[in-house]
Amino acid sequence: MRAVDATYEKVTNKTFPKGPDMLASGHRACQGCGEVLALRLLLKALGTEFIAVSATGCMEVCTGPFPQSAWRMPWIHVAFENAAAVASGVEAATHVLRRKGRGYDQRIPVIAIAGDGGTADIGLQALSGALERYHENFIYVCLDNEAYMNTGIQRSSETPFMASTTTSPVGSKSKGQYTWKKDMPAIAAAHHIPYVATATPAYHLDLMNKVRRAAAIEGPAYIHVYSPCPTGWRMKPELAVEICRLAVSTRIFPLYEVLDGRYQISRKVDNPSPIADYFKVQGRFRHLKEDDIAIITQRVNGDYKRLVELTEKFPVEAAE
Amino acid sequence: MAKPIGMEVSLAVAEAVKLANTDVVAAYPITPQTHIVEHLSELVADGELDAAYIPVESEHSAMSSCIGSSAAGARTFTATSSQGLALMNEMIYIDPILRVPIVLAIANRALSAPINIWNDHSDIMSVRDAGWICLFAENGQEALDLTLIAFRVAEDPQVSLPVSMNIDGFTLSHFIEPILIPEQAEVDKFLPPFKPSLQLDIKNPISIGLLGGPECYTESRKAADDVLWNSKAQIVKAFDEFNKVFGRQYQVVEGYRHEDAETIVLLMGSIAETAMTAVDELRQSGQKVGLVRLRLWRPFPEAEILTALSKAKNLAVIDRHAVLGSSSGPVGLEVKSLLLNSPVKPNTSNYILGLGGRDVTRDDFKYIFEKASSGQVQTRCEFVGVYE
Repeated sequence: MRAVDATYEKVTNKTFPKGPDMLASGHRACQGCGEVLALRLLLKALGTEFIAVSATGCMEVCTGPFPQSAWRMPWIHVAFENAAAVASGVEAATHVLRRKGRGYDQRIPVIAIAGDGGTADIGLQALSGALERYHENFIYVCLDNEAYMNTGIQRSSETPFMASTTTSPVGSKSKGQYTWKKDMPAIAAAHHIPYVATATPAYHLDLMNKVRRAAAIEGPAYIHVYSPCPTGWRMKPELAVEICRLAVSTRIFPLYEVLDGRYQISRKVDNPSPIADYFKVQGRFRHLKEDDIAIITQRVNGDYKRLVELTEKFPVEAAE
Repeated sequence: MAKPIGMEVSLAVAEAVKLANTDVVAAYPITPQTHIVEHLSELVADGELDAAYIPVESEHSAMSSCIGSSAAGARTFTATSSQGLALMNEMIYIDPILRVPIVLAIANRALSAPINIWNDHSDIMSVRDAGWICLFAENGQEALDLTLIAFRVAEDPQVSLPVSMNIDGFTLSHFIEPILIPEQAEVDKFLPPFKPSLQLDIKNPISIGLLGGPECYTESRKAADDVLWNSKAQIVKAFDEFNKVFGRQYQVVEGYRHEDAETIVLLMGSIAETAMTAVDELRQSGQKVGLVRLRLWRPFPEAEILTALSKAKNLAVIDRHAVLGSSSGPVGLEVKSLLLNSPVKPNTSNYILGLGGRDVTRDDFKYIFEKASSGQVQTRCEFVGVYE
């Protein structure tokens, strides 16, 4: 099945899902947490009949201190690096039980949720295995807050260049993180799965529709969600949504989809906002000098140009 | 009456998994477990077993997938050995606390280093504290039978725990033995369909794997310990039910010529057959020797062991795994600890042998029986047959 042919009910302001959230209120997420906002929206997009698998991390810890749980759907957490593998087992079970007449009448989406560490670092092997095995009802969401926030803001391979964290600190011989952010969506796309997308909670309808599309596709899907962490980014909590918009408008985090290996940009940025506006509100970047910002700007624009070229060379094909 | 057929023991285990109408197999290949999962792959490929075979990319993911699939209500099986079990370690400790039933066949193999593909018990002994039910098979028929029994015990609503079914790598897993393959109708009579009391269900959503702080972590461990101890009653019941259907009665502890024996060797696994030959030969020369074999290792069958040893004057406990820096191997430690406060007080020593595939011979047992018969007690375990 081509991703482009999957049909689903679009979420609009008018058709925004009513009823209670599948993630209950009362959880312990920090004030202004962009990650829990993204989580609540993406779960809302899935309706009520799905199974969720969490990796260890902020979203798992803040939602489930026994005997309380914020998860209103069947939910399982096992460990840090294996959300994709646990979800593989859940998916295989629902699939085979349905075939053997002991399961549900309809396809049940299985959604695995992990942070950037649980996805791009310690969970990469399990994720690669799951994507390669092509589980039919499998959605993997990386809620990327660009460091190990749950353990106290240590760097991950998704931490951006020159960001200061507790294990990539700024010092007399360090400008912070010395590596560039790992391109997880490209790694996911290299598995030739039907659907890869990037999203952010500031564009909530875009995020929810990407989740809906992922659920409609028979085949694995990967969604990489930019999820601001005011605590770890040393930023005012009320700026969480604004920083998402800035990440998109400065081209730092472009929103796009890869459908059947073909690219389409969700929000084109022809005239980017000044990139300094993005850095100056975040304490993790406060050491950046003009020269540093120039290096990052060059890289960001180069990456964006490459993405535009991909959409031109490999445009999304028309649906049937 | 069905006739036994010659079959490799690994294949017999796979046949049992098929007869159990298993829903999900998630496995990663490792010697000497491979023949089990190869045969299962064939059975699925040929449509003889209607299951999802998940060809995972590691043992860690194998056990992770198994936890997911069993939690979603599917009868679930995997198999591994040695380093594979070591890589599963994190999941092995999580599974019993989540109370997710899984049957794991382990073709026991030595742990690295040095890398060694041959048999001992260092793999399973390294996860003996995790909360799994651990069974040890002596021969091929037992391997098949215990696999079926393992599913029944694991999925018993009063148990709901994972079970490891241990077979000695190569020396049992790769041998061709005469084995009775049960009829499907009999298996269906013995093994009811998997109906978990709690599972991931969209109609009745539950959360599995919540955070447990200092106020409930101890309670979670105590609950798992209680369930594991209490599972023995269900294991014994399953053995008895198995006998009713198939006419083969198992005990958690087996004895061989042990009732009037003065000197007893206590061990686990397939080397029991070699030990029995040694017992027979020594008995012919008038020595009062006998054998006690643990079929069940976890929960530790304390009462049955004490009964079996009640008349023993001398006891040699065999370990196939060395606990480095400790006075005894794991079985030795456990048995000595049990005897400490019991009225039964044989002179007890601990012998380590058959590591990394070193042959275990009748002469080894004759040496051990002779040494143990002297009544002398060694406080430290003895490594048998070490080359100087």
